[in-house]
Amino acid sequence: MEKSAPSPRYRKRLLVNRFNLAMSLGTMAFGMAFLLWILAVLVINGFAALSPTLFTQPTPPPGSAGGLANAIYGSIAIVGVATVVSTPIGVLAGIYLAEFGKDKLVARATRFINDILLSAPSIVIGLFVYTVYVARVQHFSGWAGSTALGLIAIPVIVRTTENMLHLVPSSLREAAVALGASMWKVILKVTLRAVRGGVITGMLLAVARISGETAPLLFTALNNQFASADMNGPMANLPVVIFQFAMSPFEDWKSLAWAGALLITMSVLVLNVLARTVFRQSAVR
Amino acid sequence: MPTDAAQATLPSPMPLERARATRDPVPPVRRGAAARWQDAAFERLTQGFALLVLATLVAILVALGISAWPALAAFGPGFFFDSTWNPVTNIFGGLAPIYGTLVTSLIALAIGVPVSFGIALFLTEMSPVALKRPLGTAVELLAAIPSIIYGMWGLFVFAPLFGDHVQPILTATLGNLPGVGALFQGPPNGIGVMTAGIILSVMIIPFIASVMRDVFEIVPPVLKESAYGLGATTWEVVWNVVLPYTRVGVIGGIMLGLGRALGETMAVTFVIGNAYRIKAGLFEPGNSIASALANEFNEASDPIHRSSLIALGLVLFLLTFVVLALSRVLIARIAKGEGTKT
Repeated sequence: MEKSAPSPRYRKRLLVNRFNLAMSLGTMAFGMAFLLWILAVLVINGFAALSPTLFTQPTPPPGSAGGLANAIYGSIAIVGVATVVSTPIGVLAGIYLAEFGKDKLVARATRFINDILLSAPSIVIGLFVYTVYVARVQHFSGWAGSTALGLIAIPVIVRTTENMLHLVPSSLREAAVALGASMWKVILKVTLRAVRGGVITGMLLAVARISGETAPLLFTALNNQFASADMNGPMANLPVVIFQFAMSPFEDWKSLAWAGALLITMSVLVLNVLARTVFRQSAVR
Repeated sequence: MPTDAAQATLPSPMPLERARATRDPVPPVRRGAAARWQDAAFERLTQGFALLVLATLVAILVALGISAWPALAAFGPGFFFDSTWNPVTNIFGGLAPIYGTLVTSLIALAIGVPVSFGIALFLTEMSPVALKRPLGTAVELLAAIPSIIYGMWGLFVFAPLFGDHVQPILTATLGNLPGVGALFQGPPNGIGVMTAGIILSVMIIPFIASVMRDVFEIVPPVLKESAYGLGATTWEVVWNVVLPYTRVGVIGGIMLGLGRALGETMAVTFVIGNAYRIKAGLFEPGNSIASALANEFNEASDPIHRSSLIALGLVLFLLTFVVLALSRVLIARIAKGEGTKT
């Protein structure tokens, strides 16, 4: 079992290899460290501020007790409206791309633009809704907030719907067509049903994406110190309240901001994990 | 009836090429006028919604263009080269926020790209199979954390730590180097362009890393195996085989990260310091387009002030549009298997 001594050149190559792989491991640790660090900070500061009154009382003036009830309600309402409106739009556009458009110029252009809008700065979307809506009606409103968030959600839903529809075997469509079903029935009752899970995944990802968005709401829904269920007026919502409270000099506002931050992050992460595990599997199956 | 004959040939077993062709919608032959009309209407309906996506883009450009016009007309092209930002005298120039946007994004890339490469390398070549998915998901969760959370964490946790412990060391060491030393100057309070860049880097790592991982995985195993067979080390395989093969896609991933970094708002707003100036020192407070908008837009009462801010927004949108379009083109090229083979 005699080994010949490795040449210096070979030893150097091994050394370079080992060093670079160690660096790679290091970068992975770097990424994970930041994730855990941020989550730990959130949990520590957020849990300390968590209390049942969070869900029952509206945002307080500085120095008095209160909760985030109006902001939580506002967020759910704004995100809910945005999701309900944008899901059918996104799904139908996705159907066009996957079933009718394919390689046509319109479809390719739409796909291209959709991918860009997917990553476009959300603050510009907020600015856009401000110029075409808020500036026209001269007041901030929950509706405007929903419009902005809906515009951000649509590309997410288009993308996932199209991807999922591509997974449907063509034999399924053919079988339905052969039985005499018309194209629109085939798509709505067979193809789309086969990817139900995938469409729900897209919806969940879209909700996760928009529920943490702050920038577009600054110019649209703004904020409202008082409990208000009026979608046609300025409306409190978690992200903007967190922004305002975190930037304030008041300690009780800051701790409310941490509680809100914990709530929002946990919901977003749960939605993400749910979308990635539970529904994705049922879609691919 | 000729249409009957056409229909009869359809369901017979067919070769693979034919099977692909039938993915095209089968024209509703042999069907009543009602069904044909419904199908056409359904196609038009879905097409209408697809066109809505295109219309959104056009609408954004037109609406922002119109609203930005007063400022652009008043200040001319000088708007982009002037760093005066004075709401009192109503003289506005966008250079400082444009500069801040570019510098923070470049810092983010300088840190984010090597780290993302390392993560992608780890996930594709080193990670035990059982850990690949959970670790990949964990990295992607970094992208799911809302921007505002990064901002709070940055302002309350990261910035004080960075200002107290890292900045003084950097100023004392790197700050003395000729040339680049000027970059590492500024008040050591943790608020500034550098902090914003570092936080941005963490935010864009998941985007770049997941594109890199995806393109690394499409390298044909036979290429890598040949290199291993010749005695190459893992690093040599990645550096000399995988990376050249996937270069186009990797650049696409970097562009995607850049596009994200340029438009990132809340995280930057919290830590950049909101100051309209251009200084060499990266520890100085600055401003980015997005943070200027978030901080000022609702307080801007003068029409020309508003219009100037919208002009900045338009610049940001065009900038990210170009970068993201490039990214998309590059990633699409490699996805089609047209990666350059050098």
